Amino acid sequence: MTPILLSFGIFTLLFFSGITPGDAQPKTIILATTTSTQDSGLLDVLLPIFEKKTGYFVKTIAVGSGQAMAMGQKGEADVLLVHSPDAEKKFMAEGYGINRRLVMHNDFIVVGPAEDPAKIKGLKSSQEAFKRVASAKALFVSRGDNSGTDAKEKTIWKASGIKTEGEKWYQQTGLGMGQTLNVAAEKKGYTLADRGTYLAMKKNLNLDILVEGDAILLNIYHVIEVNPAKWPKVNTGGAKAFSDFMVFRETQDIIKTFGVDKFGSPLFFPDAGKKEDDLGK
Amino acid sequence: MELIFEGIKKAFWLVVTFDPEVIGITLLSLEVSGIATLISLLIGISTGVAIALSRFPGKKIVVSLINTGMGLPPVVVGLFVTIFLWRNGPLGFLEILYTPTAMIFAQAVIATPIVMGITLAAIQQLPPKLRLQILALGATRLQMVWILIKEARLPLLAAVMAGFGGVISEVGASIMVGGNIKGYSRVLTTATVMETSRGNFDIAIALGIILLLMAYLINLVLTHIQQRERPR
Repeated sequence: MTPILLSFGIFTLLFFSGITPGDAQPKTIILATTTSTQDSGLLDVLLPIFEKKTGYFVKTIAVGSGQAMAMGQKGEADVLLVHSPDAEKKFMAEGYGINRRLVMHNDFIVVGPAEDPAKIKGLKSSQEAFKRVASAKALFVSRGDNSGTDAKEKTIWKASGIKTEGEKWYQQTGLGMGQTLNVAAEKKGYTLADRGTYLAMKKNLNLDILVEGDAILLNIYHVIEVNPAKWPKVNTGGAKAFSDFMVFRETQDIIKTFGVDKFGSPLFFPDAGKKEDDLGK
Repeated sequence: MELIFEGIKKAFWLVVTFDPEVIGITLLSLEVSGIATLISLLIGISTGVAIALSRFPGKKIVVSLINTGMGLPPVVVGLFVTIFLWRNGPLGFLEILYTPTAMIFAQAVIATPIVMGITLAAIQQLPPKLRLQILALGATRLQMVWILIKEARLPLLAAVMAGFGGVISEVGASIMVGGNIKGYSRVLTTATVMETSRGNFDIAIALGIILLLMAYLINLVLTHIQQRERPR
């Protein structure tokens, strides 16, 4: 008897709390995205405009690009805004996504303490910089979380032919960009960061930009709609509306100026309609 | 150190100016954790009393399981609740993942064993002869239970505080099943995590202070009820 009474009580509570199961479903979109778009504050600017314009309600789940795509693969998100091109191509090839479109880019930078024990400041090649960090056995703090930044970092290690697994000077936080930057700053280590998050957090960090401008350091964001053929529960209309919105001219103009007033330079460069191969040229 | 003063100043400022976002976040924290605690009280106290007063084989195992449950890691609860509530999961038809309802659900799962465990201990520490005495005075079984609950009021209110304290301060499950969505499922703890990772330490400290203040006020009220003169 007790369980019946209890479930009755619970439903009464939920009912009176005004929170009912499945509220406002068809108008909700689940956006799985990387932490950098949220931590930089870009989505806080863009989403209210989108919601006002279309009437959709966006549930942003800010995780690493790897987890965002895993959510897409399971049909647990409607649309993705991610920056891990190689993994994205695989995602598309396996049929999980449709309509992958270029949105914007910025770049990755290698940051580290001003003392720069591995002497990498001003190097043009990130691979060379990573090699020097490894041979100096200077502390390198890695995200280690399968995010877009993490994937890029691994690509550079691979290209420079260095195995980091099990090395004492190589530490993985498993945390987001902001927290990893904090760890690197506290432990006076090097790390690879996206410029947006670094600029947004610079005031509290004792980390300098040491290497930048290498072509491999380009950080490209795409919007991908989750394929409704694989997962019929996906909100197709909402996903399309959001991904269209991200490449609209007005949205792109906002992206272009976002952060200029606060940081003196933009955090992202809009790229809608361009080709990925033409970026950074 | 300077940062902490900055944070205190910020907290004061956010509170006196009635910053609408912070007020919203605070109210949602209260609502979610309050309802979750109420649910856990309903289930925890009733089941706890029932188990304490009954004798059955394997009771020790059940009690040890409940006591283990008092230390349920919130992230583990969060993970399992998320998997259950996925669109394509067993409870996906409810469509409540990334809503405050899902947070209430997860927090109730966390708080229930805490309340149940303390209830069990509270009822079991009452003198066993008390039950006989009450029944001998002609009370019905229900009346007897009610008197026992009143008798164990002090530890039971401690159960309320422990349950509420456990869920209002919890972040792992809330961020996983709620998603920390702005203006919708963002509570004090998840907002603190986010502001920290954004490097806004002053706001993070301010939110932390507001959380502490709120927990203190609620416990003050509960303690007041707990420490009242017992009716003789």
